[in-house]
Amino acid sequence: MTTNPILEIRNLHKHYGDVEVLKGVDCSMQRGDVVCVIGSSGSGKTTMLRCINMLEEFSDGSIRIDGEDIGYELRDGRRQRKSEKEVARQRALTGMAFQQFNLFPHMSAAENVMLGLVKVKKMTRDEARAVAEKWLDRVGLLSRRDHYPGQLSGGQQQRVAIARAIAMSPRLMLFDEVTSALDPELVNEVLVVIQDLAREGMTMLLVTHEMRFAFEVSTRVIFMNQGRIGEEGDPKEMFLRPKSERLAEFLKNSSFH
Amino acid sequence: MDYALNFAAVWRSFDKLLQGLGLSLLLAVGAIAIGVAIGLVLGFALVSRHAAARRLARSYVTVIRNTPILVLVLFVYFALPDLGLQLEGVESFVLTLAVYSGAYLAEVFRAGLLSVPKGVREAGQAIGLTRWQINASIVGPLMLRNVLPSLGSTIISLFKDTSLAAVIAVPELTFEARKINIESFRVVETWIVASLLYVGTCTVLAALFRHVERRLAVPR
Amino acid sequence: MDFSFAQFLHELWIARVPLLQGVGITIASAALAIVAGTVLGVFVGLALTYGAAPLRLPMRGYTDFIRGTPVLVLVLASYYILGTAGIQLGPFQAGVLALAVFCSSHVGEIVRGALQAIHKGQIEAAKAIGLTFSQTFVSVLMPQAIRQILPTWVNTAAEMVKASTLLSIIGVGDLLLASQEVISRTFMNMPFYLFAGFLYFAINFGIERFGRFVERKTHIPS
Repeated sequence: MTTNPILEIRNLHKHYGDVEVLKGVDCSMQRGDVVCVIGSSGSGKTTMLRCINMLEEFSDGSIRIDGEDIGYELRDGRRQRKSEKEVARQRALTGMAFQQFNLFPHMSAAENVMLGLVKVKKMTRDEARAVAEKWLDRVGLLSRRDHYPGQLSGGQQQRVAIARAIAMSPRLMLFDEVTSALDPELVNEVLVVIQDLAREGMTMLLVTHEMRFAFEVSTRVIFMNQGRIGEEGDPKEMFLRPKSERLAEFLKNSSFH
Repeated sequence: MDYALNFAAVWRSFDKLLQGLGLSLLLAVGAIAIGVAIGLVLGFALVSRHAAARRLARSYVTVIRNTPILVLVLFVYFALPDLGLQLEGVESFVLTLAVYSGAYLAEVFRAGLLSVPKGVREAGQAIGLTRWQINASIVGPLMLRNVLPSLGSTIISLFKDTSLAAVIAVPELTFEARKINIESFRVVETWIVASLLYVGTCTVLAALFRHVERRLAVPR
Repeated sequence: MDFSFAQFLHELWIARVPLLQGVGITIASAALAIVAGTVLGVFVGLALTYGAAPLRLPMRGYTDFIRGTPVLVLVLASYYILGTAGIQLGPFQAGVLALAVFCSSHVGEIVRGALQAIHKGQIEAAKAIGLTFSQTFVSVLMPQAIRQILPTWVNTAAEMVKASTLLSIIGVGDLLLASQEVISRTFMNMPFYLFAGFLYFAINFGIERFGRFVERKTHIPS
């Protein structure tokens, strides 16, 4: 029995003006995979993540989620961008949590989670509220459902942001350095939530600096270097016996021992 | 409607317009200079520890800011003579605009003073400086830097308000433009040129302020 | 001064109808200018924030030109150009048009400022959930922008009431002109200028209070 990979990236290229930021990246993920992408800034890891949900346009190559071409298609022999409406629909296939949380400040925690359910999934407000409360409870913040982002700590805001993304039942969850902007004592509460989600079988792709987390939780680690995949494999193998110079150098300079 | 644009009539009287602009600038400089002094005093008063000073300054600012400037201009020129204070057009207008500016500048300076961290004043006290010294050497200069952007836009706005002097027959730019308009019937051209002169002056003033801001900026 | 307070009240009573009509004209001209100016200003603001270059640049030129021109010049220009050459517009219409144009340039800037102040991450988060641009604008951008726009807009409304006095210069029978007519009849400069000033002050002070009330009501808890 063959199942579609949840994510299939082939030959991904991206240019920013003259600079090529992604130089032909290939990657595939199966359901339930937890993949951590590591690398120094400028390696292209965040750009690759943001191409998956079309927050960045990409110049060449293809991205498929559950077999569906994202963002671009071959029409009349030419590579053409899909309509804005189509792209918006495709974005809902993935969920994303951001480094800066990006909660909507004028809405309570519950309303933040409900917005997508009502507007995109077309639920009624009552249905949406029930789902929102379930996921807020899941991240341990049901008691804060009527609080506004300004009234929550960084760690709490990030957990609400994660609930907001997951409530949309995405096929794939994208995490963009979600603990980098948090005070050290608040990082753990977020990592615990992510770890639980991983254990329950959520398919996740994380760009992260948390080496310990990557080592312990991921099924696979990708090391990106200058727009390409430098090394890829089992976290234990890669971290303890890095095959490339660059990765060894990177691990030495990072907080992992 | 057939109306052929012909700037000749306006061009012939262009020197009058420039003279008018010159007077507008003089009125602005005179009024704003006095207004800055008033505004500084009021600004400090608005954040003072003494409730009486705060209340007095607040009343002045509230009354002036909520009164149309045209009413103030006419009041000073036509009503004050009843009390014995009869002023020529130019003096009357400069007085009015100074009083008006003072109220707006007071708010600008008040915001500037509030933006200076309290710790700075305390540091001055710790060295043993008097209130006066602290205000003059530390708080004042710091406030001035913070205040430059909104000070600039307020001053440019006050410059545009010099056009009100035309109402009491002071021969500044708007007055001259209106005269040319009436005499030449070149309605569109006159006002386009007058507008451009104002817009041009405002642009130059804005550029000047930006330059000063950059020069005075604390190196980072 | 050679008249008493009682005489002032007497003259005030005699002139009550034209003065009240003047107040009516003042409020009407300001209200029309505010409404028209705000509607136009919102479009200008949207064009300045989201418009492509061929739309945004002329709009930028328009706003900068209007904002660099004194209101009195706009009123006089409108009166002379529209009142005498070509389109037959009375002083009231010409004046309100000038005020509306002035208002629109300010509202446009306010709207642009508020929309651009919203962190880009908000738009990305909305995209990530799958919202279209119009959904994002309605649910995420506008509610936040309104909170910033409202206090400043109320300020602009007060400015419009003050600017409406300029219409007296082109012969519109507002409160100021009505007061001046009473003065020319009675020679009571001081009392009636004070009276007019007081009425304008009262109207604007009321608007200021209303603005602070609105700000309190729309405050996001933090």
